[in-house]
Amino acid sequence: MIPISIPVPIPISIRFNPGDAVQILDLGLSGHVRTPHYIRGKHGRVHELCGCFLNPEKLSVGDSSGPVVPLYRVSFSMADLWPADEHGPNDRLFIEIYDHWLAPQTGTAA
Amino acid sequence: MADSQEAPGAPATPSDHDHDHDALHASLVIEDDEGNREGRLWVEALQSMLVDRGILSAGEVTLEIQKIESPGLHLGAAIVARAWTDAAFKARLLANGKDGAAELDIKIGEAQLVVVENTEQVHNLIVCTLCSCYPRSILGQPPSWYIGKAYRARAVREPAVVLREFGLTLPAGTAIHVHDSNADMRFLVLPVRPEGSEALDEAALAQLVTRDSMIGVAMAALPPNRAAS
Repeated sequence: MIPISIPVPIPISIRFNPGDAVQILDLGLSGHVRTPHYIRGKHGRVHELCGCFLNPEKLSVGDSSGPVVPLYRVSFSMADLWPADEHGPNDRLFIEIYDHWLAPQTGTAA
Repeated sequence: MADSQEAPGAPATPSDHDHDHDALHASLVIEDDEGNREGRLWVEALQSMLVDRGILSAGEVTLEIQKIESPGLHLGAAIVARAWTDAAFKARLLANGKDGAAELDIKIGEAQLVVVENTEQVHNLIVCTLCSCYPRSILGQPPSWYIGKAYRARAVREPAVVLREFGLTLPAGTAIHVHDSNADMRFLVLPVRPEGSEALDEAALAQLVTRDSMIGVAMAALPPNRAAS
């Protein structure tokens, strides 16, 4: 379970739009990090903006001072994630990623 | 599951732990009964200290447990049944799950809610690889396999295999969308309305909406007249 966080009006610039190609960063952070290892470094597409939320990495140690960060749902082709396994051509994984774990890409992720 | 290889932790099959447990799992977290026993000892010791010192009363603990355990599947099922019978509601629910639930006076307390719709083309499956994120406000507490590491690891990697182990073989060509619920969203699958349910009212439809169908490891149940045939 993660601390409860509620979305707030968006006070900051939103870097990504649905459809944008992104890469998940590997920030090497420890603690209450919500970006699992299997997705780090992978290329995907922004599906939608979920809203802006307090950063759980700070919330988990009692720091609710903000600022809030945009949270996106990002999707990936399963074939890109696990090339050695069998997948349907349209099988996809969707995962929530906070803005600071994302880098813009000019690549051609499915 | 591959015949040649023992895949640990197929869902809900108690015989999974016939293998050498310690050798296979050099685990960071102790799971299953072993972990529960240790956790229980810690909780009991902590609770008795807090009660002894007057910081908590046993009654407060009981009340809190009741509060956590009181939401149930019927809430999620009511949302699904309404979506099956009211297209405008379904559209609002898919646009914003929390607002949609609120229309039925159902409060999603723990997070936001994303509702994902199963169709002939797409089947959705929910998992939380990092822990046990689950829409507890409307489904109650998650089943033990949902929290287990085998499901969490495999659902994002070989979902079709996992679904087959649950007894669900999807028609060829159905795309699988796996949702790793790891942050501020919770996810509810809106199952396909079963064939033969056209005549049923909302209350009867809700009876067909199983927990597993709202996680995505099963279809909704068939109506009684169909299930018997």
